[in-house]
Amino acid sequence: MTMLGDRQQLAYIASQAADARVNVELETEGMTLNIGPQHPATHGTLRIIARLDGEQVVWAEPSCGYMHRGYEKLTEVRTFPQVTALVNRIDWLGSFANEVPFILAAEQLMEIEAPPRAQWIRTILFELSRIANVSLFLGDLGVQLGAITPVFFAFRDREYVLNLIEGATGGRFHPNFDRIGGLKDDLPAGWIDETRSVMRKMRKFCDEIEGLLFGNEIFEARTRGIGVIPRDVALQYGLSGANLRASGIDWDLRRDQKLPMAWDKVDWKVWTHPDGDSYARCWVRLQEVRESTFLVEKLLDTLPSGPVMAKVPRIIKVPEGEAWVSTENPLGEMGYYVVSKGELGPFRVKIRSASFNNISIVPWLLKGVYVPDIITILASLYFILGDIDR
Amino acid sequence: MSSLADITAVLGDAVEDTFERGTDGNVDTWVRIKTSAWRDAGRLLREKLGYDYFCFLSAIDWMPSPYGRGEEDPTIEREPIDTTIRHGYVGGSTQMQVFARLVNHRTHVGVTLKVDVPEDSMTVDSWVDIFAGANWHERETHEMFGINFAGHPDLRNMYLPSDFEGHPMRKDFPLLARIVKPWPGIVDVEPLPGGSDDEGGAE
Repeated sequence: MTMLGDRQQLAYIASQAADARVNVELETEGMTLNIGPQHPATHGTLRIIARLDGEQVVWAEPSCGYMHRGYEKLTEVRTFPQVTALVNRIDWLGSFANEVPFILAAEQLMEIEAPPRAQWIRTILFELSRIANVSLFLGDLGVQLGAITPVFFAFRDREYVLNLIEGATGGRFHPNFDRIGGLKDDLPAGWIDETRSVMRKMRKFCDEIEGLLFGNEIFEARTRGIGVIPRDVALQYGLSGANLRASGIDWDLRRDQKLPMAWDKVDWKVWTHPDGDSYARCWVRLQEVRESTFLVEKLLDTLPSGPVMAKVPRIIKVPEGEAWVSTENPLGEMGYYVVSKGELGPFRVKIRSASFNNISIVPWLLKGVYVPDIITILASLYFILGDIDR
Repeated sequence: MSSLADITAVLGDAVEDTFERGTDGNVDTWVRIKTSAWRDAGRLLREKLGYDYFCFLSAIDWMPSPYGRGEEDPTIEREPIDTTIRHGYVGGSTQMQVFARLVNHRTHVGVTLKVDVPEDSMTVDSWVDIFAGANWHERETHEMFGINFAGHPDLRNMYLPSDFEGHPMRKDFPLLARIVKPWPGIVDVEPLPGGSDDEGGAE
């Protein structure tokens, strides 16, 4: 740049300032930005349509339906035991947890209860699917915010948990292991010791993620104060799981609901965070994975002996009635409203999935945020596509 | 005082029928609301009784499907299916019912609310200005059951193309895959672990 005299320099600065002022006053034309359906920063095929004013979002709406499989309709032409194979695929990262509330609803209508050992193993597998699911979230979170390392750690360590699930059920992703009245099988030999060592590994993984992400200055700058959800808004939209607890609401269905499961038989802690921002949501999930590893160990310590299957008829007919059962799944509250007419299959099943409600807040939450924060907010809300569309 | 007594006291005339099931500490409650009072009922439950957590909203078509469960061979003639409507808990007077669930997040007590959908107008009031989360649920219900929600800002389709005809979750909407081809897995019986196969269970 050539040397400018003082007066020229002043004039230059003044003209720059004037330009800036004009830019502020000028009405910029709105721009529509499509994120997805195929985009590295979306899990699966969620498409976000955002109308921008400069860098700010003035209106945004997720466009669902790229993965709608019509499970509610399909359940009406299946028998009760066949439905678990369908609902397995709703939240595919925590499949076993999807089966449990449906089976519990059917058991409630039939007025049978699984034997204690089956309840314990169900709870253990439920928590293992939570660990597998949320540990992937913790790794993925890094990728979305520009850090590559955590995702490798997550895929490496999640595999140990998936091996456990496979060892017990035969399926890595789709166990299809829960039966009305109990479980398909007992645990294989040596599984309990293996689980204990994997739980120690997963705690180490949590420490690693905590060191990599949660102490990181860039991570904090990008998540603190971003996407704040106040308590009453969270309740109105039916947010659940870690998203709700990160807004300071101390509510966990595992603790606050009476179900024939083993959660109330051991001591554990429900984690909450008062801030309601993206950081809080991620932090609560990290704590929950760690808590789950302790929970699994305590459940293994108290595992009762006995059969894993109650006496049930060979051909299962569920008596006429209606039942609602929901559990605290990795993503939040997942529930089934089952209407039976006393036939082989359900008359109507309403599947209440966590992500559908969790994502319905997005149009409200994205208003006024900057484009890079869209990614942060979506990542921290944490959804699985199959859990939105069903 | 039970939660049901509270609800009937607050809602008064709006309540058509109630039902309770379960034992102490684990009671589930059903309440049927008059169609005209649906909006007010939601507002009163939220403001007076603290049912501030919106769980879900959907609908039930009570007519048994005229296509059956899709287990028969479609090439063989069969007897027509009985499509008499039998309502579930808390009764009803229309084929379609909208139902929703609200929970009090402090006491963790939930209630399932049902409302009849008049067959001529197919309309009930929208809850969007009471529970913002009802927005998507009502859109989904509109798309899947063809029920209108008066006062909803934007009843666009969520899943299907906007020119899609019919409402897939209605019972008279056929599941085509089951009609063009017989279902191979009619009833599968799996041997039970620990149980004897001959005696046929506890019955």
